[in-house]
Parts: sequence; structure tokens; C-alpha cells
Amino acid sequence: MLQETGTEWLSQEVKTGTTIIAVEFDGGVVLGSDSRVSAGASVVNRVMNKLSPLHDKIYCALSGSAADAQTIAEVVHYQLDVHSIEIDEDPQVRSAATLVRNISYKYKEELSAHLIVAGWDRRDGGQVFATLSGLLTRQPFAVGGSGSSYVYGFVDAEFRRGMSKEECQQFVVNTLSLAINRDGSSGGVAYIVSIDEHGTEEKVVLGNDLPTFFDQ
Amino acid sequence: MDSVPVNGVLRSRLIETTIMALEYDGGVVIGADSRTTTGAYIANRVTDKLTPIHDRIFCCRSGSAADTQAIADVVTYQLGFHSIELDEPPLVETAANLFRASCYRYREELTAGILVAGWDRRKGGQVYCVPIGGMLVRQPVSVGGSGSSYIYGFMDSNYKPNMTKDQCLELTAAAVSLAMERDGSSGGVVRLASISKDGVERRVILGNQLPKYSTH
Repeated sequence: MLQETGTEWLSQEVKTGTTIIAVEFDGGVVLGSDSRVSAGASVVNRVMNKLSPLHDKIYCALSGSAADAQTIAEVVHYQLDVHSIEIDEDPQVRSAATLVRNISYKYKEELSAHLIVAGWDRRDGGQVFATLSGLLTRQPFAVGGSGSSYVYGFVDAEFRRGMSKEECQQFVVNTLSLAINRDGSSGGVAYIVSIDEHGTEEKVVLGNDLPTFFDQ
Repeated sequence: MDSVPVNGVLRSRLIETTIMALEYDGGVVIGADSRTTTGAYIANRVTDKLTPIHDRIFCCRSGSAADTQAIADVVTYQLGFHSIELDEPPLVETAANLFRASCYRYREELTAGILVAGWDRRKGGQVYCVPIGGMLVRQPVSVGGSGSSYIYGFMDSNYKPNMTKDQCLELTAAAVSLAMERDGSSGGVVRLASISKDGVERRVILGNQLPKYSTH
């Protein structure tokens, strides 16, 4: 890098090249994300929380272009607010996911963001929805972002239905740690959000507290 | 790269694949899927990507089928000659260096990612990685090919130093199966081989005998 003047990052797109995951358990969901935002080779934010609230018990995990993802989340947050006032009760997770999907699909040529929507509602309990490229599908768990490629094998092997909330949290932390170790665009700290009928709990696991593996 | 006409369009035959090699105390275990593709057509669904170079040295091939076959043939000849001159079995490190020499010298023309694994009397079981570009590094466990991205997380969390041969075989079969499930360019059967001072043992695990990881 003999010619670098240090300002290339100003003109490169800001991406949350990232790892995000959401897992359903009986009675709620656990969402997790790393905290790195990169512009080219520079890390422009090492502590960004990519788990964005759409409503009290519905969160979404952001990945892809930082601007696109944040904007979609803010627009849907507003639309859900209006919707929940109109129906005079807490919105369903499926409604939030549908709103995200509608934007992702309509503007799929212009946007490059993938949001995973997860939360708890009274009707169907904990639910996780993937909205990649404008589809809408409910899944027991979902992973996304550039770091997710490296952990598909791990999550396929380790996920079991019927895990408890603590087991899900451990599963999420392990997955994030493995992905952060292998993906240059993921790093920093791990943010974990657990949602069940009693409430929403946000937690941060700092870098040195993340689980380590045989080569560390 | 060799090109074959497929539906009137010239396509090159690639071993986009999943290959893996690990060291255990007393030898190495290697594994691979069995798919060779030409575009979207599977040219060979029972490919053998585990190629013997000498009595106790194998290589796992990924990238262009033609390039890797040619390099393997050259190295087999060079190593055989060298071993006759020495009047003793060659070292795994020698074989790895011969691969590296060819892969680095012709790096602009070749697309070859190779894992060299074997047993010799001096250092026991060894795995050397020669990825595209012609680097050489020894690693206790190494994965390669297009499907390898998906199993980095699984490998990092499940590999422990000083496993037994059977544990290594199980881990390799599980990892290659997981990669085959996620990677469109990997599939077919799982071929395994274990190499130790007692010789080479080869095994095939057919599709219906593979461990199943579907979560839906």
C-alpha cells in the first residue's frame, strides 16, 4: 500500500458487511449481530448495533448497504407505529416482516440490504422471517450477511428445535464468534437481543469475552 | 482450461468442490465430494478427487479439472524419480514443494487449489495447503474448494488437536456432507481416505448413508 493517501474510504460505499442471526425458541426469539461497519478496507464504526427495534417486541437485523438497511428499518418502524395505533393492539411479527418485504421487493433493483425480522406476538409466539431479495419466508432460524457463508455448516449441524432461551443465546454467541473469526467484514462486539412474552432484553458481549476455538 | 461444448456454448470443466484434510497422531484423513461440473451440467457425479502421488502421499484437487490433473501427473513423475534417487520414501513436504513450484511458476495460467496430505517417517502425518496463487503452508486442518466457505465455522468449532483416526473420519464425513447440502457445486458421494504408516484405507459413503442435517 505504497500509494495510499488514507482518504480512499471517503468515496467507497459504507456497508455493514456483517454477520446477523435470529433463532426461534419456544416462547420467543434471540437475535444477534456483530458491530463492524466498513467502507472499503476501513472500519468506520466498530460498535454499531445492527439490531434495530421495529416495535416493542419486534426487532430486525440489518445487513448489506448501511444506508439502505437503516432507511428501510426507520420507514417500517414508522409504518408499524401507525398500524398498531389503527388496530389498537401490538402488531404481529408477520405484519412487520410483510412491510419490510414490500419495500425490499418494490425497490429490489435500487436497494442492496437484507433484513431479518424476528419477534414475539401473542398469536404465534416467537417467529423469525427472512426477507432476502424481497421474498418472505418463516424459518426456525435465519443467518445473513457476508459472514454467514462461513457458518452455514455450523448452524446446520448444531441447531435443534426445542432449545431453551439460554441455549439459543449460547448458540447465537458461538455462531457470531466463529463468523467474526473468519470474515474480514465482521468484527467488534456481539449484540444479543432476546424477546419473549415478558419483555425484551438487550445484551453486549465484548470482544475478549467471545468464545474462543482451537486455533486461538 | 479444457473447454467442452455444452448446448453449443464452450464451458470449462471445473472441480468446484469441497475438499478437506486433517492431521491426527499417526497419520492424516482426507475427504472430498464427487461432483465435476461444466456450467450447470454435472459432467461426472462420481469423480475421484483424491489422487495418489506416492504410496503414502495423496492430493485433494479443486479448481480446473485439467489443470489439477496435469499438475498431479507432473508431480507424480517428479516425486517418483526423486524417490528412486534417494532410495527411500519421499517426504510429504517435498511433494508439497513440488506442487507449489508448479502452481507458483504458472500462477497466471492455472486455476488450481490443492491440499497435499500424507505420512512420512520423519514428521508423521502432515497436511499442506497450496491454494490458488501458489502459496504453501502447513496446517493441522485445511478445507478447500467452493464448498469450503460454508464449513469454516463448523471446522473451527469441532476440530480439536489430538483426535483419533475414527473421530477424524467422522468429522470429515460430517463436514463434507454439510458443505454438499449448501453448495450447489458440491454433491454426489463422500470419498474418504486415511493414510498412516500402515498404508492407505479408502472408503466411500453413498448419498443415502450420509448424515442428515435438514432443519425443516
